[in-house]
This record gives sequence, structure tokens and C-alpha cells, in this order.
Amino acid sequence: MSAVGIVGGIVQPIVVLGGSPLLVGVMRQIRARLEGRAGAGILQPWRDLRKLLRKEPITPRGTSEVFRVAPLVLVATTLVVAVVTPFLTTSSALGPVADLFAVVALLALGTVALALAGLDTGTAFGGMGSSREMTIIALVEPTLLVAIFALSVRVGSTNLASIITSTVDDPARVISPVSLLAAVALVVVIVAETGRLPVDNPSTHLELTMVHEAMILEYAGPDLALVELASAMRLSVFLGLLANLFLPWGIATSAAPLAIGVGLLAWIVKVTLLGSLLAAGEVFLAKLRLFRVPELLAGSFLLALLAVAASFFLA
Amino acid sequence: MNLLGLTFAVAVAIGLLSAVAATVVPAPSRSAAAGAGTALTGSLAVVAGVLAASGQSVSLALPAVLPLSGVSFTLDRLGGVFVAVTGGVAVAAGIYGISYARRGLDSRAVQAALPVFVTAMLLVPAAASVGTFLLCWELMALASLLLVLAEHRRRPEVASAGRWYAVMTHLGLVTVLIGLLIATAHASDDTFAALRAAHLPPATAGTVFVLTFVGFSSKAGILPLHAWLPRAHPEAPSHVSALMSAAMVNLGIYGIVRVGFDLLGGGPRWWWLLVLALGAASAVYGILQAAMGTDLKRLLGYSTTENMGLVLLGVGAAGLFTSAGRRDLAGLALAAALLHVVGHAAFKTLLFLAAGSVLHATGTRDLDQLGGLRGRMPATTALFGWGALAASALPPGTAFVSEWLLLQALIHGLPASGAATAIAMPPAVAAVALTAGLAVATFVKAFGVGFLARPRSDAAENAHESPPGMLAGIGLAGLASAVLAVMPGVVLPGLGRTAAVVTGSADPLAADAVTVRLAGITGALSPLLLTLALLLGVIVTVGGLRVVAARRARREARLWDCGAGPMSSRMEYTATSFAEPLQRVFDNVVQPETDVDVTHHQESDYLVQAVAYRRRVPDRIERRLYAPVLAAVTQWGQAARRLATGSVHRYLGYGFYAVCGLLLLLAVTR
Repeated sequence: MSAVGIVGGIVQPIVVLGGSPLLVGVMRQIRARLEGRAGAGILQPWRDLRKLLRKEPITPRGTSEVFRVAPLVLVATTLVVAVVTPFLTTSSALGPVADLFAVVALLALGTVALALAGLDTGTAFGGMGSSREMTIIALVEPTLLVAIFALSVRVGSTNLASIITSTVDDPARVISPVSLLAAVALVVVIVAETGRLPVDNPSTHLELTMVHEAMILEYAGPDLALVELASAMRLSVFLGLLANLFLPWGIATSAAPLAIGVGLLAWIVKVTLLGSLLAAGEVFLAKLRLFRVPELLAGSFLLALLAVAASFFLA
Repeated sequence: MNLLGLTFAVAVAIGLLSAVAATVVPAPSRSAAAGAGTALTGSLAVVAGVLAASGQSVSLALPAVLPLSGVSFTLDRLGGVFVAVTGGVAVAAGIYGISYARRGLDSRAVQAALPVFVTAMLLVPAAASVGTFLLCWELMALASLLLVLAEHRRRPEVASAGRWYAVMTHLGLVTVLIGLLIATAHASDDTFAALRAAHLPPATAGTVFVLTFVGFSSKAGILPLHAWLPRAHPEAPSHVSALMSAAMVNLGIYGIVRVGFDLLGGGPRWWWLLVLALGAASAVYGILQAAMGTDLKRLLGYSTTENMGLVLLGVGAAGLFTSAGRRDLAGLALAAALLHVVGHAAFKTLLFLAAGSVLHATGTRDLDQLGGLRGRMPATTALFGWGALAASALPPGTAFVSEWLLLQALIHGLPASGAATAIAMPPAVAAVALTAGLAVATFVKAFGVGFLARPRSDAAENAHESPPGMLAGIGLAGLASAVLAVMPGVVLPGLGRTAAVVTGSADPLAADAVTVRLAGITGALSPLLLTLALLLGVIVTVGGLRVVAARRARREARLWDCGAGPMSSRMEYTATSFAEPLQRVFDNVVQPETDVDVTHHQESDYLVQAVAYRRRVPDRIERRLYAPVLAAVTQWGQAARRLATGSVHRYLGYGFYAVCGLLLLLAVTR
């Protein structure tokens, strides 16, 4: 635990918390413009959250504590990830927690909490969403872990700070086949995990297609605000992870104010850029059928395995 | 005799005494005598096991007990770990059994078999000669068989499960027996010390290893010899299921480690590649079957196959690293495997006892019939939920730490050693990862469908909480898995040193109360800090919400029902429907059987009276591997019937021709 790590541990969750809805706003605005609409402005997600937070909390009849606790767990897991992952600085506030496996498992824990909440309502929609989400996560997990495996092998550690530091020290690694294959695999996985097109459509309420929205159909008021905020935060955390694993430039290596400032700027720019790319890409995509998604994920799993093979043969 | 020897001897003596007591005392207090005796034996065994695992050892030879070889016992570090685990499970199961066994399970034989079973399981890891080992092994098998058959009067399936178990466990015994006898033939006598000293030729050692591996893996429920496990575990009374699934299967792992590492002193690479491959296959196949299953206890049984597969994966990796000369990694992999054994024992006890509590309250194990137990059985629900989290390798669960350790060993193994390792490691990691993903889906299904939402049947509607005695047993198991999840530093140093001794390496890891650090290679994890951070995250979120959200009272509202009136439980997702997408994804692997029966009206084929839809996910390996063998045996039996018609003349004829043939043969060969 170093000074620079502590600065990161304090600034990062605040930026993620405040910035994530803005990121979603930017992405929606980009989509709107590309589709020829005016768009609601990048502040609209925050306005929605403010509106939801002012409403009264509602508990659907027949649901249990699981339903009420799930949004809290979802936000808490994302907050912990935002604290421990080196986004801003190369060292982490809680080194022994900043393990790639731990971070992935924490994010999965949030998904599980939401899936249980979906089942807890006892509606057909909730069950359907949970069932689909669990199917996707069961297939995403192997790809994610194998891609991590590929990245960790050459560093000899699964600690995020070590992986990022080693890439900063040796930038040529970024264009190695291992990194490129793992990056493609991770992009597919992140698209699936965050429920974006073509795996899930975040802006639909059509029964046949929805996954994430089906699980949260019964949420209202502040609970819904938490779920929406958490899914925005998860998106920016995943994009930040992707950015720093493969493009760690600009990240602060010391606690000097200038370095921190540059690190912050670089982080925000990278995540916004990735988000914009994702949003622009979504304009040209249609949602896949649910049973075509496994093929996509199997493809990314193959890429991750190839990355591992490459990391051995090129070592 | 030191403190260890005394504790262990007293534990065994109490076990045997309570078996006697259970046959003597009258029925009302029989289950109390057997259960309390079992729990006491278990708690003493935990002490003995911990003492042994921390470095003490004790030996005892009684040459007069049996003719020829006598019996001899030695409790060392490796045995100590398994004695402690068995003891821990026995404490929870014993306490639980006192209240659980009241209904129809309090016959003399069944109640006496329980402490005998536990005592036999304690003696197996302590046995120090082939004769003693096989004797204790068989005693354990027979006692457990008796317990599996406890409810045979009430349910006809029990008999079939018992038959499968009896046949497979004895086939396993036969292969272990042959293997160990071959090894003994090359040694001066049948003690383990003599086996260690005898250096077998490689081909013989390979034969011994494969034969014993077959027997031990059938006990551990490893593919393809797992067929008895999902049958016997659900049909046994729940505390017996817990003992079998959390303690007995471990002894299969113990046997593999004992024979492979200790008696045969490591071995060539192919042994451990075989172990690794079967472990990985069992892990994936077991959890896949569990993900499709709807029978709660059968699902847990398949999850045992999965977890034992993961343990075996660790053991195989340890052997592979030893044969490649990376002893530090071998120690780490074996420590991960042992930690998984301990963690699995804790959460599987918890899950089986909680499932027993559900069975006790509702009389059904079918997830499609359950649901809505949260309001009616809050304690059981909370405990099962904790167990499900522990089993699905998510933080802060028990399996998370051991799977993390296992993955660390595999990751560091890739660049370290040789092509075979490098080719074996990525699929191994992929198998662990796929297992982790499917386990999450499985336990979300088991908990979400079984306990949340609305009841799907009258049985679930009228469920009631179990008596405090049962809850105490479950709670104890829950506490153990919580300690293991948050502070694995309590047991890890002992396990690490045990693994180091077995693989001949330095201490593979350093664990204090907060952080687990790997020695020699980089890697650290702190489950305690992680848990605290999560709690803090929840508190901050709640606090933040208090500050920014409008403070209005929580209101109840109707569920959204698409405007079609109140929803019934028929509209809920069941376990079958929950697993349907996964089943479709793995269609080619599991090959489900669907059956649609359409009944038409008599007047016209165009009018449908009823449509019945059935889906079954049969065990494919079983169908491919066992069905042909069983069919062949049946045919052989049918053919033999033609020989035995009941005519005495015919039998006399057989005898006559046999004697003539023998005489001719002797005349020709002499």
C-alpha cells in the first residue's frame, strides 16, 4: 500500500461513480447523432437517476430480502473493483485484492445477486432474464479466465498492478500476438458481460430479446436508480480494465500532482474513446439470437486459447 | 503414547462404544446415543487430526490381532489432514442426526452403523499396512452400504441405488487389492514402510498405480466410475449423504496421494497426465450434469464429482510438476488440492444437511416442486444460500480461495517446464474456468428456484422450519465454511507444510490471518480484506442512498402481471426451464431425451385432448459405458440358463465330461 495507491483508491471510485452515467450519456448521444436523432444530451442519465432517487421505494409483493439487497451488492462489488483496480495509478490501494481473478469474480458476484433478484420476483420475465444471464455468464467466465491466463503467464503474476506495470515498462508487448488475441477475446467478453449489442440490447423492452432488462423489470425508484448506476459503473470499469491492460500509457507511476492529473486525463480519455467506439459500432449491429450468442462466445474462447498457445510458443 | 495417540485412541474407542450403545439402549434414545457418540468421536478426531497435521505422529502395531500380518497404524501429517476433515464432518452430521433420525431411521442396525462408519473412515488414513488398510476400507464400505439402505422399506429406488453402490465399491476394492498385492509381492512384508523401501521396476509401479487409481477414483466418484455416486448419495439419509459426500469420497483422493506420492515415490509423467485429464473431465462433466439436474440431492451428488475432479486436477498438476522437477509448484498445487478437500467438506456438509432439512419439511427433493421456502424456513434458506455461494467459487466463498490457489499453480507452471506441461496447462485452466462458470449457474438455480419466489406445490406451501438440533448441525457446517472462506490462514500453513512434506518441497505458501502469500512466486490474496471491502462497499452505498434519496416509506405493490390478473406459481420459471438455454448450448454433449405425447380425441385426429411433454437428461457416459456391459452380463446369464435346466442327469453328465476332459489334458501334456 503506497501513497500513490491510496490516492488512486480515493479518486477512482469517485470518478467512476460520477463519470459513469456521463459515459452512458455520451454513448447514447453518439448513437442518437449517428442515427439522425437529436439525442437527449449527455446529462440525461444523471437527470434520470435524480428523478428515480426522489421517488418512493417500492417492494413488489412476495419478494424477499434478496430482492432488496441485490442492488446494494451490485453497487458494492463495482465500487470495490473501482477502488482496487489500477486505473489512475500503477499501484493499487489494496494490493492483495487487486488480483485479476478476484476482480472478475467480484463482478460475477454482482451479476449473481441480480439474477437471484430476478428469480425472487417469481415472474416469468424475471426467471427468463436470470436464466439467460446465467447461461451467458457460464460461457463468458471460461473465456475471461483463459484470456487472463494468457496475459498473466508472461508476467508470472495475476496481480493487476504487476501486469500493468510490466506493460508500461515494455510497451512492445502490446503488439505481440498474445496481447492482440487476448484483446479481441476480452472485447467480445466485455460486450457480453455489460449487456451491449449484439449480445443484449440495453435500450429494448421487447420480451423476446431482453436479458438484463428482464431481470430488473420489477425494480422502481431508488432501487432502480442503484441498478442503473451500477450497470453504468460496470461498463466503465470493464472499459477501464480493457484500456489499462492493453493501452496503459499515461497512467501515473508516482504521487506527484502532475502525474496524477495526467493519469486522470488519460484514463478518462481512453474510456470515453472506447465507449464511443462501442456506441458507434452498435449502430451498425443487430442483436444476435440468444442461441447464436454461444457461437460468438465460443469463438472468443478459441481466441483466448490461441493467445495462451502463443504466449507459450513466443515466450 | 503421546497426546496424539491418546486422543485418537479415545476417539476410536468412543466410536465403537457408541455403536454398542446404539444396539443396547431402547429405541427413543437410540439416535441420541449414536449421534452424540459420533459427534464426540468427530470432535476428538479433529483434535487428533490437527495435532498430526502439525507434525506429531504416532505408530501402533498389534501383531496379535490378526494372523499372518497383524494390524498396524501410523498417523502422519497427510493422514492427519483427512482424519481432521472426517472428524469435522462427523461432528456436524452427528449433531444433525440426533433430531433427523427420529423418523423411521432408528433401527438398531442403522444407528449402530453410523459410528462404525465414522470410525472406519478415521482408521483408513491411519492404516500403515496393506492388510490393515484393506480391512478398514472394507469396513467403511460395508457400514456405508448399510446406511445407504436405511430407507429401503419406504422407497423402492433405494434398493437399486444400494445394488449399484455395492457392486461398484467392491469392484473398486478388488482393483485396489490386486494393485497393493502386486506391490507387496516386491516388498519384504506388507507394511507401508516396506513398500516405500522397495523400489519397484517401472512397469510394475505403473501397473500398481493404474490399478489402485481405478479403485480409488471409483470411491472418489471420478469419471467414468462415478455412476454409483448420483444414485447412492440422494437415496441415503441426509446426514449419511453428507458423511459420504464430504468425508468418504476424500479417502479416494487420500489413497491416490498416498500410493502415488508416498508409497511409489512420485512417478513418470504419464501417471499424472492421466490423473489430470480424468480430473478435468470429471469436473466439467459433473457440473454439467448438476446444471441440468432438478433433483436437489442428485445435483449435490454430481457437484461432488465436480469438486473431486478439481481436487484430482490439483493432485495431477502436483505430480506433473514433481516429475518435471518443479517441486515448489508441486507443493502449491497439492496445497490447493488439500484446501479444496477441506473447503469442499465444509460446504458440502452444509448443503447436504440443508437439503435434508428441506426434504424433512416438504418430503420432496424435486426443485420443480419447491420454491418459496424463504418465508417458511428462513434459517435453512440462509444457510443453504451461504453454502451455494461457497460452492460457486465466488468471493467471499470457500471454494474461491482454493480455486484461486489452484489457478496460481497452473499459471506459474506454464512457462516453467516442458512441452507436455505447457500443452496440458491451458486446457486444465479452461476446464477449471468452465467449471467455475457452470457452478455459478447451477447454484443460482438450486438456491433461486428452490428457496426464493413462490411455492410451486402444496408440500412447499406447508413447509416448516426444522428442529433446533438439525439447525445446530447445519449452522456448525456453515460456521466452518465461513471461517475457511474469510480466514483460510487458519488451516493453510498446516496444509502447506503437509503438501511440502508429501512432495518433498519447501513450504509453498505463507498465510497469516489476513493475507495468503505464495512463496517463491509472486501472488497474494486476502479474502479477509476482500470481505471487509465488500461490507464497507455495502455500508457506503446504504449511507449514500440515505443522503441523496428521498426519505419516503417503503410501500408494497403488486407484481407487474401484464394486466392479466394475479400471477400463479404455474407461471414461474422452474429448474427445468432455468436450465433449458444451457441445455440447448450443450445439446451435443448431454444429449437430452425429449418425449412429446399427444393424445387425440376419439372422434377426430384433428382434435387434441392432451399434450404431455417430458424431458430427461440421462447420464450419457452411463448409457454408453455401463448399459452395454449390463446387457452383456444379462445375455450371458440368459445363455447360462440353457445349461442349467434342472435335470440331475445333465449335471452328472457335465461332471463326467469335465473329469474325462481333465484326464485327457493331463495325459496329453504329461
